[in-house]
Order: sequence, then C-alpha cells, then structure tokens
Amino acid sequence: MDPLQILDIAFLGMLLAVAFAIVRINSLFAVVMLTGVYSLLSAAWFVVLDAVDVAFTEAAVGAGISTVLMLGAMLLTAREAKPPKFRQQIGPLFAAIATGALLFYALPDMPAYGSADSPANSYVGAEYLERTSEEIHMPNVVTAVLASYRGYDTLGETVVIFTAGVAVLLLLGASGAGAGGGVSATRKREEDE
Amino acid sequence: MMTWFYLIASVGVLISMALMLSRLIAGPTLYDRTLAVNSFGTKTVLFLTMFCFVIDRPDGVDIALLYALINFIATIAILKFFRYRSLEIALAQMALRKAVGDDQ
Repeated sequence: MDPLQILDIAFLGMLLAVAFAIVRINSLFAVVMLTGVYSLLSAAWFVVLDAVDVAFTEAAVGAGISTVLMLGAMLLTAREAKPPKFRQQIGPLFAAIATGALLFYALPDMPAYGSADSPANSYVGAEYLERTSEEIHMPNVVTAVLASYRGYDTLGETVVIFTAGVAVLLLLGASGAGAGGGVSATRKREEDE
Repeated sequence: MMTWFYLIASVGVLISMALMLSRLIAGPTLYDRTLAVNSFGTKTVLFLTMFCFVIDRPDGVDIALLYALINFIATIAILKFFRYRSLEIALAQMALRKAVGDDQ
C-alpha cells in the first residue's frame, strides 16, 4: 500500500466523524466550530491530494470567513437546536440515500485519479501546460489560466460578485442604521435604560 | 530514510488531531471547544509543514503560513463573540466603551 494512502484514510475517517457530529449535536456553537474544522480538514486533505489551489480557497472561505459569518448568524437565532422528530427525518433520509446511490452509480464513469487520458489532462490542458511558461511567464498554470487566458471571464465574475455585494449592502443598510445593526442597537438601548 | 521519518511524524500529528477532535465533539463547555478548535488548527499547520517535506516540496510551507493566519483570525472572532456577543464593533472601541462605563 502506498504510504500516502494512510493519510487519505485518516483524513476521510476524521471527516466522517465530524460530519456525524455536526448532524447529531444540538448546541449550535459546537456545530459552527465543527463546520470550521470540517473545512480545515478537507483543505488539508486537498493538499495531500496535490490540489493546492483548491485547498487555499477552501481554507480562506470555509475555515476563515464562513465560521465568522455563521457566528454572526448565530447571534440572531437561538443557541440550541431543537432535536427533529423522527417522522420529519424519513423524507430527508430517503433523499440523501437516493442522491448517494446516484453518485455511486456515476462513479465508474469518472476517469481514474491521476489518469493520463482524463479530460483535464488530454485536450486543451496539455496545451496550457506547454505554452504557459513561454507565453505568460508564470510558474503556476492555474493562475495563468484564470488571470490571463480567461482574464475577461474572471473580470466578469468579479463584477457580478461585486454587484451582488453592493446590492446586499444597500438592502441591509451599509451605515448600520438599518436592520443590520438591530441587535447591538437594541442591546445598547437596554443598557441605557 | 528522512521521508519516512517525516511520514511517521505526520501520522503522529494526525493522531493528536483525532484526539483534539474527540475533545471538540465531547465538549462539555464552550471553552473546551474553542481551545480544541484553536489547537486543531495549530496541528493542521504542523501537519502541512511536515507533509511538504514528505512529498519533498518545501515551498508548500507558504500554505501552512496562510492556515496559521486564518486560524488566528477565527480564534479572535470566536473570543470576541464570547466577550461582547457582537461582531459589529471594533475591539478597541468596545474596550474603550467598557473603560468609560467602569469609570462612571
């Protein structure tokens, strides 16, 4: 057995344990912590799988920002989740099993891990790998593809995300005077009284 | 030979990560969980640093550095949440307000 497979198995086992804990634990604070740890674990696993760029994104967005956002969301709700009734759990259980079965059904059609004739390695990917170092002078091919070959595409995505962010800020009230500042404003008033 | 040493060491770090995970799941208080998350992040950084030497690409230490920064920011956010029950106002402002409040 390849010694690196030990690491894969260990990471997948820990991910499974964290996922079960997220489903079972009622304390929302613990769940927020566990989702952060889940992201950190999967990011570390992506590094083991040699997908460093994905790991960067996962660590920054999953473990960093979304933990803080979830904590902020928790301020507006309860600290504890009510345990769901058994009858409400049957439908989601079947949906999850059906989705899992579909994914396993699709699994044999995937190219093998690291396969030389997978779509990522055969058509235009090989071209990028050959031409990047002389055309763009960049050591990282993914960066070259995103920022140069597909530069306009990336610019468009950035504009869309920026517009969405501005729209949300306008809706919530960016100055903090609107609904966004409700919680701390209420508490401040209570303290004053 | 050296690679094997790093591999065994990183498996050891993985085991300690699993131990931290059990503390995180078991609880019982919120402070146990905060400490477990922080320690888990530190161990992820350690694991990544060692893994970079296992696969013989030491430039991956940069990623470990990024993880350390993210871990620090997340811990600060969690502790701020505990102390002030709000993420909106800057820490310095809150400390100032508290100091003024204590004087009165």
